[in-house]
Amino acid sequence: MAESKQVVLRTEHLKSFYILDMQGTQKVVKAVNDVNLEIYENEVYSIAGESGCGKTTLLKTLFNEIVPPQRLVDGKLYYRINSEEVDVTTFSAEEKRRLRMEYISYIPQGSMSVFNPVIKIKGTYEDFIGSHVEVKNRDEIFAIARERIQELGLPKNVLDVYPHQLSGGMRQRVTIALASSLNPQIMIGDEPTTALDVVVQRGVIQMLKDIQKKLKNTIIMVTHDMGVHANIADRIGIMYAGKIVEEAPTEKIFDMPLHPYTQFLINSLPKFGDKTMRESVPGSPPSLADLPTGCPFHPRCPHVKDICREKMPETIKVDAEHKVACWLVEEEFNG
Amino acid sequence: MDKLLEANNLTKRFSQGNVISRAILTAVDNINFYIKPAEIFTLAGESGCGKTTTAKMILGFEEVTSGQLLRNGEPQTDKEKAWITEGVQAIFQDPFSTFNPMRRVDAYFHETVYNFKLAKTRKDAIDWIDQKLQLVGLTYQDVAGKYPSEFSGGQLQRISIARALLTDPKLIIADEPVSMVDASLRMSIVNLFKQLRDELGVSILYITHDLATAYYVSDRIAIMFRGKIVEMGSVEDVLMNPRHPYSKLLRDSIPQADPKLRWDSRVTLAELEHEEYSRKGCRFAGRCPEVMDICKTVVPPDVRIDDVFVHCHLYEELEEA
Repeated sequence: MAESKQVVLRTEHLKSFYILDMQGTQKVVKAVNDVNLEIYENEVYSIAGESGCGKTTLLKTLFNEIVPPQRLVDGKLYYRINSEEVDVTTFSAEEKRRLRMEYISYIPQGSMSVFNPVIKIKGTYEDFIGSHVEVKNRDEIFAIARERIQELGLPKNVLDVYPHQLSGGMRQRVTIALASSLNPQIMIGDEPTTALDVVVQRGVIQMLKDIQKKLKNTIIMVTHDMGVHANIADRIGIMYAGKIVEEAPTEKIFDMPLHPYTQFLINSLPKFGDKTMRESVPGSPPSLADLPTGCPFHPRCPHVKDICREKMPETIKVDAEHKVACWLVEEEFNG
Repeated sequence: MDKLLEANNLTKRFSQGNVISRAILTAVDNINFYIKPAEIFTLAGESGCGKTTTAKMILGFEEVTSGQLLRNGEPQTDKEKAWITEGVQAIFQDPFSTFNPMRRVDAYFHETVYNFKLAKTRKDAIDWIDQKLQLVGLTYQDVAGKYPSEFSGGQLQRISIARALLTDPKLIIADEPVSMVDASLRMSIVNLFKQLRDELGVSILYITHDLATAYYVSDRIAIMFRGKIVEMGSVEDVLMNPRHPYSKLLRDSIPQADPKLRWDSRVTLAELEHEEYSRKGCRFAGRCPEVMDICKTVVPPDVRIDDVFVHCHLYEELEEA
């Protein structure tokens, strides 16, 4: 199955920093630091990590939306458009704008700020869709919107209400419906279910799965909830201090985590029917503006060695689908 | 049996609107529960189920519409409306808004020590504060002279727990204490609650929507839905073998961190919240997979099965038999 997979989005040594000038001293926040990703067609790729590890910045970079003080320092970002791989970092603003919604769309966490609070939902739909589709009148736009809304099982009258009349979960679902309305190849979700109640969260995840199945597109999702990852993802990337430290199919990440950080993340989760003591990851996450030398996880790692303090480990392939960046694994692997 | 805190038919109604059109919303509807010494009692439910309103009534931030709150078996008097005293302390959801960003963290500790006259000299005060901070894995040196922005969310939450411990409380009301803390650091807070219960005999009212940590940490649990307690009992009974259809739904909707346990069934989401509050019979009737005719008109009774209370018509015959 692996050989037939088509890569839709690829990055090469992507580096995106926030460069802040504070009264003469320069502060560099290394939020995305040398990230290599290959994301396939028709899959759900999710990225896990603590707050402040650069997850959101990575998504913004993948969405090709880089606004100062964030800068793209190095690296390339390729989309596959019309079966041709294109480097999109060189695109003009107009070219980028055309890609949005049609090729790649974004689902933010707080859906309250997506919709204009003083106009009805259909007004927002008109703005978004109208700027991409050549239509003669508004009715055609609403026809596109209604079709998607009905397919997803949302109430028909949802276009005719104001955003505050919808509950948080409904608003989030309408936002997702909007993001999917032009059948994009890639949908990017930044914690799309985090602020929701569990039952509502389940409904939203169910809907994301439905859309993905229907459109056969790619969803790149960020969340810190490992339970959500286990439920939706095909592959998971674990992010720590701006780097992807481990990447594997979902079952492998949960069954055989190799990086000590991944092991902590998974073993710290409480499970029903099991009251044995669970430990958090010790210490706290490093500041991205002042990273420790060597492997950024070494101050919190229980298996730390001398080499970890000096050099960042290379990402090695344990097998075709499982990649990890850790000295422990490297030694075991290379003998 | 000793009861540290007891709620009898506790009710809170909010009225919205003006003289002409007034809508009454019963946020907490006739709930009964108690907390024993040295136990962790969880109030769980989704947002808008009334769990925070219950906490606010216990802390005296909201007036009780009807019903009674008893502390150590005695009703509260008008004089001590505010329950935040030596015996009862609180921890809130967002550690970043608990502390004033312009004020040093240690000032909060000294203020509490001064207000409750816990120490005579400054040196005694520092010793006392240091002792409490050590319980949460910090020292006075770690917090002295620092501002809230210098700590991470998990650290600040531990600091607010240490502050609550200054008065040696018997009961801590913890309203969603881990929901703003990173998942990777959450367990350090939850383990701290266990430690406080086991070592100091502190009781904790743990208010949360996270059933996984609730199962891990608590002794007894009450599941709330739209202002009612729908099921209450020991965590083993309620979470491992849920009886009320809502508890079942809630329990099944927790995403399990195991790719083998993905959901295979589908879920229907709520109609408008307001409609559920103003339903005549059982408030879950609109979504319940096992709904009967009686559910739509008659409020279900509290049925007792073994040591579990279930607020549901399904189990009525069981009790009579």
